Amino acid sequence: MVNIISTKNVNVHYGDKQAINNISLDFMKNKVTALIGPSGCGKSTFLRCLNRMNDVIEICKVEGQIYMNDTDIYSNEIEVEHLREKIGMVFQKPNPFPKSIFDNVAYGPRIHGFTDKKNEMDEIVVTALKKAGLFEEVKDRLDDLGTSLSGGQQQRLCIARAIAVKPEVILMDEPCSALDPIATSIIEELITELKESYTIIIVTHSMQQAARVSDKTAFFHLGNLIEEGDTTKIFTKPDNQKTNDYITGRFG
Amino acid sequence: MQYLALLLLFAVSYGFFYFGKNRALKIKFSNNARLASLPDYYGYFLVLIVLLPSLLIWFFLLIYKPTFEEMYVMTPTLFPDLANWSDSKLGLILNKITNLSLIVNIPEVDLMKGQLSLLNMSSESEKIAAKNLASFDSIYGWSVVVVFILLPIIIGLLVSRLINQKLNVQPLVEKIIINIIRLSSIIAILITFGIFFSLIFEAIKFFQFVNFMDFFFNTSWNPNRAWVISSAETVDKEVLKDAFGWIPLLTGTLLVGSVAMFVALPLGLASAIYLAEYASPKVRDIAKPIIEILAGIPTVVYGFFAALTLAPMLKQFGDSVGINISAESALAAGLAMGVMIIPFVSSLSDDVIRSVPNPLREGSYALGATKSETIKKVILPAALPGVMGSFLLAISRAIGETMIVVMAASLRANLTFNPLEPATTITTQIVTALIGDVEFTNPKTLVAFALGLTLFVMTLILNVIAVVIVRKYREKYE
Repeated sequence: MVNIISTKNVNVHYGDKQAINNISLDFMKNKVTALIGPSGCGKSTFLRCLNRMNDVIEICKVEGQIYMNDTDIYSNEIEVEHLREKIGMVFQKPNPFPKSIFDNVAYGPRIHGFTDKKNEMDEIVVTALKKAGLFEEVKDRLDDLGTSLSGGQQQRLCIARAIAVKPEVILMDEPCSALDPIATSIIEELITELKESYTIIIVTHSMQQAARVSDKTAFFHLGNLIEEGDTTKIFTKPDNQKTNDYITGRFG
Repeated sequence: MQYLALLLLFAVSYGFFYFGKNRALKIKFSNNARLASLPDYYGYFLVLIVLLPSLLIWFFLLIYKPTFEEMYVMTPTLFPDLANWSDSKLGLILNKITNLSLIVNIPEVDLMKGQLSLLNMSSESEKIAAKNLASFDSIYGWSVVVVFILLPIIIGLLVSRLINQKLNVQPLVEKIIINIIRLSSIIAILITFGIFFSLIFEAIKFFQFVNFMDFFFNTSWNPNRAWVISSAETVDKEVLKDAFGWIPLLTGTLLVGSVAMFVALPLGLASAIYLAEYASPKVRDIAKPIIEILAGIPTVVYGFFAALTLAPMLKQFGDSVGINISAESALAAGLAMGVMIIPFVSSLSDDVIRSVPNPLREGSYALGATKSETIKKVILPAALPGVMGSFLLAISRAIGETMIVVMAASLRANLTFNPLEPATTITTQIVTALIGDVEFTNPKTLVAFALGLTLFVMTLILNVIAVVIVRKYREKYE
């Protein structure tokens, strides 16, 4: 299997506080990798390093090497906008723009200038919505506000929005934590479908979710990577005692 | 003296707070009992009991002091023909007696020349009245002391004996305080209505002289024609047909207002975007207060800045490029006004832009958008209603603004949309209507109320729209 993203000796500081300690972790192409761990363990921070979302936070300093397809994403030649075209992101709370459903999905393609023809744009939007499993529900009201959808639909809209820019990797930062169980299961199903075409890295605080959707799991604790490997192995016979304690619910 | 006593009253009531509280606590600990209310409430209870009667009596004394004085001093026994006096004579005599009362008890050797002659000019009964007044004043002074010092202490001590563990003062205290607060808001509302109705009633008087339609739809404004008018009964409304046409004032107001908005909108919005999105917290902390200082500059200063600096500069510039710019152009007034309202636009828009939730920004960045794309395509559209609201508030502020236009704009009504020409505004005309020496029953003066009413309605409508828009915007994210 091919590694699409590989990280080496990543350290992250927020001001004086170190949030990530020397983590090296590789992500395989077309697999779902779950990052699990108790609150404040640095899993979200680590995820945000991968598409350089931490750039926006002034006090945040990232060190180490992060390569995507053998290119250093923190090198000066890389345009961060171009990088984020390749690595999409879905956030914890659904955050559709206060625009129509269509415009929400078309936002990225328009910015990156995918097409200037109306019918091609329609095609892109419809494809993305279909892939996100939302098209059937909203096909009659593409002009409605994205914010008028239900929470689960909003999150799928955000996934469609990310898919529309044709990324290779999709980062998901606890995408179901604001959703009810039914919406969660729909999104989880969607994730397993999406891994056919995308590499997915998902941060989750729900171990069941990690077990259900991921192929690989990495366990974080206090800014350290404790253990990583196949999900089945991590959840059945982890090497590390801490991992065992966490997945059996002894802390976290 | 009175105010010193008032201060003392507050000190006394402050003391009673601890008195009441300690008394309650003592009962609690000595009887080992549960109090019906929290200990502080016994303190508040005493404070209210002590303060309210004294303040009410003081208020009453303050209002009725002149009436009491008159009743006490102007008795028919001293002035037998009192009943036949006119009001003005009564006032004069009362005034004389008041002056007399200040010197009547001083030995004659200590008096100055003027005071002596006043004493010699007065009749015997006036002197007696003055002595009565002096004694009344000293009684009044003592009664104030009683009201402020003795009465509160006596009431406080008496009522504090009522305090026992079963006395539940909490509901009473809260009820009184709620009612005081309610009264305050009612007063504010009543004052608003009072102003509104006084405007309406005076405006109705105005419309007895001038046709409604002539006022609102005529295009000529010559209020000086009304000088010949004396009373409403004899007036021929046709005479004033062309005297009070509102239209040129409206266009002038809108003209100056639009110039102001042309200045304030771009500058205010741009600085809001900079402050909210680009400026580092440090820069923001310094820049925002400085911009807000603009709002704190007295408008009269803007006025003479516009009249003495800006207008001549514009005129000179116009001459140098061959354009005729009036020295009282709407442009100068509008520019100064625009600068004045920049902080309204920038400060409100800044708040609105900053209240756009951060996840929206991150969502846009995560799709590969740059900062400026994010601002243009996500943040500004999301903030648009709130920004519109801030614009409307600024406009309503601009059209109500008076001092700048009084100093910098013209007095001549001029139906034009050219900002280089002189124009007058509604507010300017209100001021000129009221500073003349014409009587208040003349339509030239009364028109101020009609104009004020139109202005009131205009700004009210703008404010309502702005508030509705801003509120709608808030709901969207909550």
